[in-house]
Amino acid sequence: MAEILVKNGFVVDPTNKIDGEKMDIAIKDGKIVKKVNERKAKIIDASGLTVMAGGVDIHSHIAGAEVNMGRLIRPEDHYKDAVRKTKLTRSGTGYSIPSTFVTGYRYSTMGYTTVMNGSFAPLKAKHVHEELNDIPLLDKGTYPLLGDWWFVLENLAKGDIEECARHVAWMMQSTKGYAIKVVNPGGLESWGFGHNVHSIDDQVPNFCITPREIVRGLIKVDKMLNLPHTIHLHTNNLGQPGNYKTTLDTMRAIEDLSTDGKPVAHITHIQFASFAGDDWGKFRSGADEISKYINAHNHITLDMGQVIFTDTTTMTADGPFEYTLYTLSGHKWVNSDVETEASGGIIPFTYKKNNAVNAIQWSIGLEIALLVKDPWKIFMTTDHPNGGPFMSYPRVLAWLMSKKAREATLKRCHKKAQKKSLLPSIDRELSLYELAIVTRAGTAKALGMPNKGHLGVGADGDVAIFNINPETTDIAKKYKAVRKAFKESVYTIKDGKIVAKDGEVVDNTTPGRTMWVDVKTKQPCIINEEMKRKFREYWSIEYENYPVSDHYVKVSDKLTVEASV
Amino acid sequence: MTEFKSVVCPICGCLCDDLEITVENNEIVKMKNGCAVCEAKMVYGYKSEERILKPMIRKDGKLVPVTMDEAIHKAAQILVDAKYPLLYGWSSSTNEAQRIGVELAEELGSTLDNCASICHGPSVMATQEIGIPTATLGQIRHRADLIVYWACNPWTSHPRHVERYTAFTEGRFEKSEWKNYMLKLKGETGKKKIEAASKRLGQYSPPPRPQVCMVDAPPKSIQKMGRKMIVVDVRKTKTAEAADYFLQVEPNKDYEIFSALRCLVNDQELDIDKVGGVPVDYLKDVADAMINCEFGAIFFGLGLTQSLGRFRNIEVAIALTRDLNRRTKFVISPMRGHFNVTGANIVFAWQTGYPYAIDFSQGYPQYNPGEFTINDLLRRGDNDATLVISSDPGAHFPKSSMQNMMKHPLITINPDMNAISRLGDVVFPAQWCGIEYSGTAYRMDSVPIPLKKVVEPPPGILNDQELLERILNEVRAIKAQKTEVQTKVKGEVRSAAKTVKKTAKRTKRKVA
Ligand code: SF4
Ligand SMILES: [Zn+2]
Repeated sequence: MAEILVKNGFVVDPTNKIDGEKMDIAIKDGKIVKKVNERKAKIIDASGLTVMAGGVDIHSHIAGAEVNMGRLIRPEDHYKDAVRKTKLTRSGTGYSIPSTFVTGYRYSTMGYTTVMNGSFAPLKAKHVHEELNDIPLLDKGTYPLLGDWWFVLENLAKGDIEECARHVAWMMQSTKGYAIKVVNPGGLESWGFGHNVHSIDDQVPNFCITPREIVRGLIKVDKMLNLPHTIHLHTNNLGQPGNYKTTLDTMRAIEDLSTDGKPVAHITHIQFASFAGDDWGKFRSGADEISKYINAHNHITLDMGQVIFTDTTTMTADGPFEYTLYTLSGHKWVNSDVETEASGGIIPFTYKKNNAVNAIQWSIGLEIALLVKDPWKIFMTTDHPNGGPFMSYPRVLAWLMSKKAREATLKRCHKKAQKKSLLPSIDRELSLYELAIVTRAGTAKALGMPNKGHLGVGADGDVAIFNINPETTDIAKKYKAVRKAFKESVYTIKDGKIVAKDGEVVDNTTPGRTMWVDVKTKQPCIINEEMKRKFREYWSIEYENYPVSDHYVKVSDKLTVEASV
Repeated sequence: MTEFKSVVCPICGCLCDDLEITVENNEIVKMKNGCAVCEAKMVYGYKSEERILKPMIRKDGKLVPVTMDEAIHKAAQILVDAKYPLLYGWSSSTNEAQRIGVELAEELGSTLDNCASICHGPSVMATQEIGIPTATLGQIRHRADLIVYWACNPWTSHPRHVERYTAFTEGRFEKSEWKNYMLKLKGETGKKKIEAASKRLGQYSPPPRPQVCMVDAPPKSIQKMGRKMIVVDVRKTKTAEAADYFLQVEPNKDYEIFSALRCLVNDQELDIDKVGGVPVDYLKDVADAMINCEFGAIFFGLGLTQSLGRFRNIEVAIALTRDLNRRTKFVISPMRGHFNVTGANIVFAWQTGYPYAIDFSQGYPQYNPGEFTINDLLRRGDNDATLVISSDPGAHFPKSSMQNMMKHPLITINPDMNAISRLGDVVFPAQWCGIEYSGTAYRMDSVPIPLKKVVEPPPGILNDQELLERILNEVRAIKAQKTEVQTKVKGEVRSAAKTVKKTAKRTKRKVA
């Protein structure tokens, strides 16, 4: 494989505490190495440019049944964004839910090399993998929804954590998943009969268990199994006014589970979980309370779920939440319950500056990201496409790094939002170093990926080079130029190959790997005739046809972990 | 002798995956658990004498066997030469093949359509209008206490639907209605026996034929706790006989009935006595049953998509389901026919954004049912070559469509000599998907299920995916050659032009 030497760039690599030093980065055989043979290597002159590791997205809905249903029901979303076939690339459509190929191209030209798919129902695991295979240029992984799976509910209700852990291990392996996803714990099962849970101590109908017990149980399971990532949690009451209290309750309920000062849960799209006020009329931000808590504790990481003012498509496994959106908007609404496991819903949605609630939501995401002092605790996402499509990341980065950029947007927002927003009182502007943390270093660390998010020797040969000269540009003032720079990387290198240049794909031969976790439990989950019978009772397909066999994963990147049960 | 368990039936949208199959000498000799339709294909049909065993090309009006290479080259040549080819079918093939199909269409700049175009295309369109609250079949099995089959007859079209997923299954929260049904059946046969006996005794007078309204009033039982089944249709089918209540509606009046139910569910009064031949009082009972159930499910079939109103029928059915969700839990689901027509919609959507009726002529996917749907294209006579895979429009399409299709070259890929294969100019043999090769299909509720291979295909026959890949490669090779020739010709023309210019200049100078 070709060798590459990136010369003279300003390297920003927070994992290795490198902050804009002028350095060379050498890549050989798809990995970062100490040095390469300068005469043989392809030289990239990066002088005057910023060099970072390839971006790592911790939560983005790019593949699977729910995402594709979103594509299917929204031709009007695609009409405005047709993507032509080229010599190298496939055609497709873009905007809020791009087709698979286009998803790969667009992430890659923004300097991203790894994207984690936010959720999928285990029963439809093959679907998610089939789509991931069709997303080129990225490494990817995906999180199975396990918080309302009957086996989990029953074992936890019985108090049999070890048995629960063995089942989760089996599921992780069978669906080729990466982390335990929990969405509105207990709420999805309740939604089976059209109900929901409203606090972490509500009983889940028919199962004698509460959301608190589910979350605590699965955190213990996650630890027993030594999974690389913590549980990935979408809290109860998401999207409801006043829900920041539920979020605080949830965080408090798991405080004691972190024994080594390490995080035990990642709460995703925190913006949607930080609403204060008793109803939509009194809607306000709960950012202050949430960020204060996070600043005082170390057992949680977050991602933003930033809202963008645009037409987008909301989609989540939180069926009852999407139902609420439907009753509020009357829009076209998809509900998709999945037997024994999960629910799901889709609603197209336009966030408007002149809508008070939307504008406050926009403010909340930024407020938390800025008020949480430690950038290793909160990462940049839009919960694509829920808050807005991932193509808007550069806009979010601009707001994070520039007060001027925030002011420019805020002054066009609804008066109420302007009055209530905490943003005018926040002076913080993220540096390039911090931006690198919230987009790659921090996410890779939270995901337990030691070879990603940094440029140290041995790391994956995933590099992004941006047209930003930190010596001559004040990024806070020149936010427009920097925003443009993040839109199109000068170079994106994936596994030691230049795949994109100046916003265009130049090499489309890298399919990207699918990362999944193979958990070795001491005592395997016993699948006897009794289990198979139970299986047949619970699902509508046979046990033998359930697992995702190897041929569903084009390039498999298996991470084997030893469990302690 | 080999036994296979958990084999998937590659026939209807139920994709039953519990078949037990016995194979002897590379032949299926026994099948357990499947329905009669399944047995007909899995044990007998696939061995048909009409099986195509060699690729064929039409020469002087006759189909003659050729080598695979020759057939592939010919097919690719036809597709490259055509200005606007059309690729159609896909619903009885695997996702893996469909993926290549999209790539081929894109490479050719052709149109791409699947069988949804003539079955549940209207359902897709309605979903694009107002979404769809739905659920996987297992969810319905566990929870539904009210099941409504509307304008469909699963008893014959999806024979195991009722027994595997709805009224006659055991769920976690709902029990099977099988026993009650047996009792009812016994009662009915008893009645019939008595009738027959009294006929023989000469005491029988047939009940008077109802003049206006053929609808019976809903029985009390549709308000009871536990599972209930209602069938709405224009005629009494086998499924209707099994139901607690059969609501017979006048043909083409479904839209009205749905609208009336919407009014009633939303507590509005109707100032008329009858809608679509049904007394409003009866509809009130049905609306009550719907509101009072814990989990309701509507399944609908082609009786809605193909009757007056088409996608508007589905839209109003979904609208009713949406309304009902404000009162209780309700879902709705189309009864997809072919075993992987759902998959065709899904695969097309993830690669292009659109589920069917796609055009690539501009280099990017465009979607417009009514314009890029196969019958509309054919009837306008727009396309100039057709490839049909795993489908038989020859047996089902209107004459006008077929006439136009036949004016241009036709390539077919099907396991046996069905109507369309007989008409083909290049006729490929194919393996039986889910019997002779494996792959993935999506059940009617979008659950992916792995099809199994249980016997070896006849020698020399490729599966759909392999075949399409080879056609695609050949298309690319021919196109590359073409551009090479073109650039060469262009180059020659250019240099010739230069020489002409030069000589012209020289002559000018000379003249000067
Ligand atoms: S119901 Fe359909 S899928 Fe099931 S066995 Fe019968 S034909 Fe096959
Ligand atoms: Zn999400």
